[in-house]
Amino acid sequence: MGTGNFETTIGLEVHVEMQTNSKLLSPSPVHYGDQPNENTNVIDFGYPGVLPVANKGALEYGMRAALALNATISPFIRWDRKNYFYPDNPKAYQTTQSQTPIGTNGYLDVVLADGQTKRIRIKEMHVEEDAGKNTHGADGYSYVDLNRQGTPLIEIVSEADIASPDEAYAYLEQLRQAILFTGISEAKMQEGQMRADVNISIRPFGSTKYGTKVEMKNINSFNYVRNALIFEEKRQAEVLRSGGVIQQETRRYNEPTKSTILMRVKEGADDYRYFPEPDLSPVVIDQEWIDQVAAELPKSAKERQQDYVTHLGIEQYDAEVLTQTLAMADFYDATIAAGADAKRAANYLIGDVNAFMNKHQVELQETQLTPQHLAGMIKLIEAGTISTKQAKQVFEAIMTGEEPEAFAKKNGLVQISDPAVLLEWITDVLDNNPQSIEDFKGGKDRATGYLIGQLMKMSKGQANPGIMNKLLLEELAKR
Amino acid sequence: MSETTISKEEVAHVAKLAKLSFDDSELTQFTTQLGDILNIFNTLGEVDTAAVEPTYSVTENVNHLRDDVAHNWHQKQGLLENAPLASAGLIKVPAILEDEGE
Repeated sequence: MGTGNFETTIGLEVHVEMQTNSKLLSPSPVHYGDQPNENTNVIDFGYPGVLPVANKGALEYGMRAALALNATISPFIRWDRKNYFYPDNPKAYQTTQSQTPIGTNGYLDVVLADGQTKRIRIKEMHVEEDAGKNTHGADGYSYVDLNRQGTPLIEIVSEADIASPDEAYAYLEQLRQAILFTGISEAKMQEGQMRADVNISIRPFGSTKYGTKVEMKNINSFNYVRNALIFEEKRQAEVLRSGGVIQQETRRYNEPTKSTILMRVKEGADDYRYFPEPDLSPVVIDQEWIDQVAAELPKSAKERQQDYVTHLGIEQYDAEVLTQTLAMADFYDATIAAGADAKRAANYLIGDVNAFMNKHQVELQETQLTPQHLAGMIKLIEAGTISTKQAKQVFEAIMTGEEPEAFAKKNGLVQISDPAVLLEWITDVLDNNPQSIEDFKGGKDRATGYLIGQLMKMSKGQANPGIMNKLLLEELAKR
Repeated sequence: MSETTISKEEVAHVAKLAKLSFDDSELTQFTTQLGDILNIFNTLGEVDTAAVEPTYSVTENVNHLRDDVAHNWHQKQGLLENAPLASAGLIKVPAILEDEGE
């Protein structure tokens, strides 16, 4: 891949907010959408004299991410301070790990658009703190909300193995899924829970030396990442073709123009004046602890897809749809555990439930539907208690939290399969429609259709169509 | 050991990173002083530490960790009162023109 005579080299640093209960270094709640500065204390505000203690849960979430990405977990971690001044972090430094990343030498196998799998190596992973949120006012002031300050992040640094904007997009999507299935984050893009720093260089084909890297920070949409890279690929190629030199610099992606703008010429890493954090104790991670975290790690999307295909007879494509989110896969598993037929449960989730979520713009966990209710409805269908047509009404009811069996009973949504009852109706209808019997004998298939219509009307749609059809043919043969 | 020197430009750069500004005579003064301090490190550098593990923490304490339990100390009000400027629950700061956030 590349542009003209150049090949492209891309590396990504992805930050994912981990949804722990409390922050990395303070017990303040981690919660999105609260009143500004509600979830802050003296530690988050960087007051002098505070003595923070690191959150064990955040480290374990970091270990989960490392395991899911096939990384080696560091047996020894110490913290570092990365120093910079900006109002979104009143401590004037970020607590991170520069020398002892929690994970190293991982990888993610990414399925590309052509169906090929490409292994993208992951160089290292760090547990670190997020900063607060700055809003620039029109009045010459900025306004700072420190609720997010101190939220634990996992930073995932890829090797420069990515060769095109499309590969970067595929990597991000599949990395998001891998992280989702560790249960450490919902990685909601719109809430900024997953952001990417991107670096890209190009070089003439055959050149053994990488070109100069250009960096773009904090892009919170996969599409923007792809667009930014497409623009940058072209810009750099034009600079080189016209005999120019690429500067090492940080640029910003601007969505309206789908272009990148120079922010600043890059400062060196030395300017962050990293030094060991004196206030936090180092962490020793032994195999026993790793095993314990591994035991709590939910199954990955790929493992679940395999289970669904092999053990439940689900089509591969459907298995992929069911594993797009952890919430959906967990819901499906719970529905099966509650006794639902695997294929019917899959069809409902992929079809009607997804359609409901799209229509109402809600997440599965925000609906009133429970796995027990979905399984209950499916069991009613399987047992022939309700018809698939009646199930449409029951479905609407369970989406509002109703219990399916009670709802069906209350609304007379029962299918009548009792042959004695059906026979009584059939005899009645046949006695009143001698012409139809003659038509049937004369070879007119349409006659049965008319009779069934009459029977459905008589039973108010409750007759079990399969059984009724069979009984009707038997009775017609007798006449 | 050779003398370590620090240039006036380096001192100015470090001052800028620390959001400090000095006039020329102060810069000259600090360049000399910082040079002297760095020379003390040169003396320390003469000690053979090849077989010594680096010290990252002065206590022997490892794995001093906290369980992941949220606890809101409800300090918002006091913290905002203590901020130089606050408005509508937010800390108010002079606008940052250069977009250099992390």
